[in-house]
Amino acid sequence: MSKHTLSVLVENKPGVLARIAGLFARRGFNIDSLAVGPTEYPDVSRMTIVVNVEDNPLEQVTKQLNKLINVLKIVELEPASSVSRELLLVKVKADPQIRSQVLEIVQLFRAKVIDVAVDAVTIEATGGAEKIEALLRVLEPFGVKELAQSGMVAMGRGTRSITDRTLRPVDRIA
Amino acid sequence: MSEQITGAKSLVLALERAGVEIAFGIPGGAILPLYDPLFDSVKLRHVLVRHEQGAGHAAEGYAMATGKVGVCMATSGPGATNLVTPISNAYMDSTPIVAITGQVPSSAIGSDAFQEADIRGITMPITKHNFLVTNPDEIARTVAEAFYIASTGRPGPVLVDVAKDALQAMTTFDYPDKVDLPGYRPAAKPHSKQIREAAKLIVSAKRPVLYVGGGVQIARATQELKQLAELTGIPVVTTLMARGAFPDNHPQHIGMPGMHGTVGAVGALQKADLLIALGARFDDRVTGKLSTFAPDAMIIHADIDPAEISKNRTADVPIVGDAREVIADLIVAVKSELEAGNQADLTAWWRQLDQWRTVYPLGYDTPSDGSLSPQYVIERLGNIAGPEAVYVAGVGQHQMWAAHYLPHERPHTWINSGGAGTMGFAVPAAMGAKFGRPDSTVWAIDGDGCFQMTNQELVTCALEGAPIKVALINNGALGMVRQWQTLFYNARYSNTDLHSRRIPDFVKLADAMGCVGLRCDSADDVDATIEKAMGINDAPVVIDFGVHKDAMVWPMVAAGTSNDDIKVARDLAPAWDGEEL
Repeated sequence: MSKHTLSVLVENKPGVLARIAGLFARRGFNIDSLAVGPTEYPDVSRMTIVVNVEDNPLEQVTKQLNKLINVLKIVELEPASSVSRELLLVKVKADPQIRSQVLEIVQLFRAKVIDVAVDAVTIEATGGAEKIEALLRVLEPFGVKELAQSGMVAMGRGTRSITDRTLRPVDRIA
Repeated sequence: MSEQITGAKSLVLALERAGVEIAFGIPGGAILPLYDPLFDSVKLRHVLVRHEQGAGHAAEGYAMATGKVGVCMATSGPGATNLVTPISNAYMDSTPIVAITGQVPSSAIGSDAFQEADIRGITMPITKHNFLVTNPDEIARTVAEAFYIASTGRPGPVLVDVAKDALQAMTTFDYPDKVDLPGYRPAAKPHSKQIREAAKLIVSAKRPVLYVGGGVQIARATQELKQLAELTGIPVVTTLMARGAFPDNHPQHIGMPGMHGTVGAVGALQKADLLIALGARFDDRVTGKLSTFAPDAMIIHADIDPAEISKNRTADVPIVGDAREVIADLIVAVKSELEAGNQADLTAWWRQLDQWRTVYPLGYDTPSDGSLSPQYVIERLGNIAGPEAVYVAGVGQHQMWAAHYLPHERPHTWINSGGAGTMGFAVPAAMGAKFGRPDSTVWAIDGDGCFQMTNQELVTCALEGAPIKVALINNGALGMVRQWQTLFYNARYSNTDLHSRRIPDFVKLADAMGCVGLRCDSADDVDATIEKAMGINDAPVVIDFGVHKDAMVWPMVAAGTSNDDIKVARDLAPAWDGEEL
């Protein structure tokens, strides 16, 4: 199994998320993460879906997704030619004795403290999956009280945009 | 300023504009506003069925018999959920239908209102697409989109759920001349490079087989198929959904493949070095155990749905396109290969195929106790009604016998439930087929189990003028399940005995439903009874054929096993080793 990141442009219509989630569930494809948000076009939304499948099922995933009427375009983003980020909010135990150690880690990771309480801090961090994972690993010993993570969002490097070409599914097999 | 009309009127006008001549349905609370303007339509006939499932299967039968989009209607909640089975059936067999359902008023959606069901959510996995309309201005456009989606590309069911308040509100009629769906581009031209690749393989293969599926019927590509087959001399197998796409009596036709396929057809696929799959999808009922299916074959796979290609079996030459265009292009490409002198010798292959055909023809035993053989009944029916009649089957033993023993010489005369295997399909689907082709004789071949699921639509047939004929193959049991119990469960017949040789009295039941009921229990009476039924055209006819209970469908590949292990009768396997190829 290997991870693949799919950027999926969809019509911004009710039920689209359910169609996509349902398709993954009933065809037995596992979603690692899924993030949905608006794009530069108000009637188009973008989903970044990280799936954990072999190459052959991945082809099935994209073909099945392409069959959904509301799906406009699917692009697989290769790690080397794309940038990806996740957002993490984490609430860590930090009573006055250890707070400075926690803050040092926050600095090392170029993260931010966005809320402070008597015995806890809430930290915001963005980055690639590895960085987020590493940060969590070093924070763990202090005691993680609560954790919220976005799915990954990603886009290709360079000047070209996913919406440059006409928004049509590319489904011909070469 | 256009005329102000209700959303309901807009929906009726839209259906008329879409060319709908007939719709099958039942009214109810949420869809009532639609039925008022529908009452006045002169272009659109509504057939009041007795169960929504019947409406759905009738729409399918109509679509399969005519090639047009079938239409069914139901109210919200249970009305809509009763359409789920036929919608699922249409999805599996790529049949174009549009289902219109009423929905509770938009203000009540999500509140568990009376007769509320999220039918859009329920049918998401079994429709090609579906819509929930709450704005009356969007009704006409949505109907146009629904018909476009249902009928183009790989056809399938589309559901349009319309909130009651949208039907009641005022709007103007605005039906688009052209549908524009940015995420839907169904028309893919076959790739010329792939066609050339395929042609090269076709002329050089030593053991090629044309593996023909339902897509060839749907694409109306049967003329082209015949041309390609005769041009190349390659043997043809037709799947359950493709029966009639290539004439049974054509010397190059070697039968139906699959779990109950002929030895010739199954053997041809297994031993082939090239499969040319046209509008077929390598269904498990055809391949048997996938890892042992056609082990030596290269695969050319042409389908209009790219997702079917390499889904089950990896294709060496994938071709996305409409079967008719693909085959037409293949003919041209193959011709130029042949003109260049490239042609493999198929003599040895045909010798092998002919040997299998001769040694293992289809056949059945006549019961020794004098009881009626079901295969004989179906064979005689096909003989008397002829290849021009439309035959509609339910699901089970009778379906397999009908697939084997009827004369499948013409396309679009064989209507059955393939992928979904929906018992109860036959009677309502035959009704739909009869409305679509009123001048054809329409025979439903049904089992006593299937018949008891949906026979109430005979009332509709009697009242609405659809004089179909039903050959009830009555063995008093859920025959196919019983066959599996015989073979795999030590003949422990758990809950498969229906006692329907005793109760109900099908002749009386037919009579009560305004049909003519006939009974036939002996081989001597079969012809006369069928001929009597053929002579009745002012009412539906039901013939209760009491048949032998222990008749089984052969050949058979047991579920999950390899096609190589096909049995022609119990514990009797064919010898594959004719000559080494």
